[in-house]
Amino acid sequence: MYKSITMIESMALFLTTDFVLYALAAGISLALIAGPLGSFIVWRRMSYFGDTLAHSALLGIALGLISGSNPQLSIIISCLLFAFILTILDRRPSVSTDALLGILAHSSLALGVVVLALADSVRVDLEAYLFGALLTIGNADLIWILLVVALVSIVLFWFWNDFVSITVHAEIAEIEGANVNRLNLILVMLIALTIAVSMKIVGVLLITSLLIIPPAAARSMATTPEQMAVKASLIGVVSVILGLVSAFYFDVPVGPSIVVVATLIFLAFYFYPGILKTRV
Amino acid sequence: MNIADTDSKSANSSCANEDSSRVLLALKSIDKNFLDKNILEHISLTIEEGQIVTLIGPNGAGKTTLVRIALGLLQADAGTIYHRSALRIGYMPQRVHVEPTLPLTVNRFLKLANRRDRGLLSATLEQLKIAHLGQQQLAEISGGELQRVLLARALLREPELLILDEPAQGVDLAGQAELYRLISEISDRQGCGVLMISHDLHLVMSSTDEVICLNHHICCHGKPEHVSNDPAYLSLFGVSAAQDLAVYTHHHDHEHNIGGDVQEHHHD
Repeated sequence: MYKSITMIESMALFLTTDFVLYALAAGISLALIAGPLGSFIVWRRMSYFGDTLAHSALLGIALGLISGSNPQLSIIISCLLFAFILTILDRRPSVSTDALLGILAHSSLALGVVVLALADSVRVDLEAYLFGALLTIGNADLIWILLVVALVSIVLFWFWNDFVSITVHAEIAEIEGANVNRLNLILVMLIALTIAVSMKIVGVLLITSLLIIPPAAARSMATTPEQMAVKASLIGVVSVILGLVSAFYFDVPVGPSIVVVATLIFLAFYFYPGILKTRV
Repeated sequence: MNIADTDSKSANSSCANEDSSRVLLALKSIDKNFLDKNILEHISLTIEEGQIVTLIGPNGAGKTTLVRIALGLLQADAGTIYHRSALRIGYMPQRVHVEPTLPLTVNRFLKLANRRDRGLLSATLEQLKIAHLGQQQLAEISGGELQRVLLARALLREPELLILDEPAQGVDLAGQAELYRLISEISDRQGCGVLMISHDLHLVMSSTDEVICLNHHICCHGKPEHVSNDPAYLSLFGVSAAQDLAVYTHHHDHEHNIGGDVQEHHHD
């Protein structure tokens, strides 16, 4: 009895703490757009592309810190720039995209770490950028995240049918009047924006998993693209909440524990696809 | 390369005036090279309303390349393309890879083409006898069913011109005959032009107006009866292929639908 009361009390304390509320708001809103965007990454087999973007973002942070500009803004700009370059490179089928992405991903990550180490004037918590630091999110960070989430949601909703159409078959979509190159670029930019603002939550090394694992977990429960996207969002939200709570109770880093929870959910649905149906 | 959008361009000037209004698509002296290889040399062809033009030729003859140029998916190195202003094209590609991670019902796939007109959707499903497939996953239907679903997607655009790249691929022989008859029926009823690729002249003979025999250049062209006796056709496909024609012109008292079931002829 006594123990359960303290559990409830500490939970109440946990939920009313400012930084926890900020973390919840940021994590949940990002998980909502990560569902549909991550679904596109899975369907289009772009997970390596997402990884490359995330890794190159570290270089963006380093350059932003050295030049003294707003770190969030410099991450966003460098992510968009890298996304643009990668999209252009991807249109030339003669270049091996796979190898190219690998070279870009790891060289920009290494370069970012080196630049950060060389810049003595700024003290940077490298671990926070690599593995995320959801609990240090402040007012300004939350506003950035909410702005990006709002923008991405609106664009996703507006172009949803077009995005699905170019994903299913680009040539049929083009004959039917879709501007495939432009739509591709918009979709990649949305992914880049989301990765840029997600960095503080799960960090460079884990971002792609936050995008890919929830859709993969939702696959077996979906018969249409829309169902998969929505269920991926829900799984993402549950992962964020459970990840935060368990990080608090077990005193472990938040980003990795969100990814661990998402992975456990994925494994549950993978091995027991009917796990939710049996109760209904 | 020019893409002319109006009827008045020079590519069309050789046609008589009354005909030119019926022209949907005209290619003139199209050349295409990949690296140093000539894939297409001086290809010209015209498709009019209600006309069925079939491209035949061996593998690697440039058939798909030519179709992709006609569609505007690929740029020609030389030549002109005329198409009627705001031409609505329905396109059925050769191969469709269905991504296994993407859940997609047949209905959802078809609604990508035309979201608003539900009446047209159900009428098209009915016409192609695939209404029962609506709720099934695209990845789980058979090859023959997939070809019909792709044809349905093309028809949902209410096309003036249908461009079909090997529509009978993966369909058994009797099902192929039925599919070609269906295409011919659609062309008759809706008055749309058809440009299609096929491997077998004998299968498309009864349902095509013009055959173009392609092997990088146009070897011969004309009515199917004419092409099947043309020396250029015989040298390309061999005399035995031509003799097969005799086999396929006899009449069956029954036929198989796309699923392989026997269907009796009903004469009334």
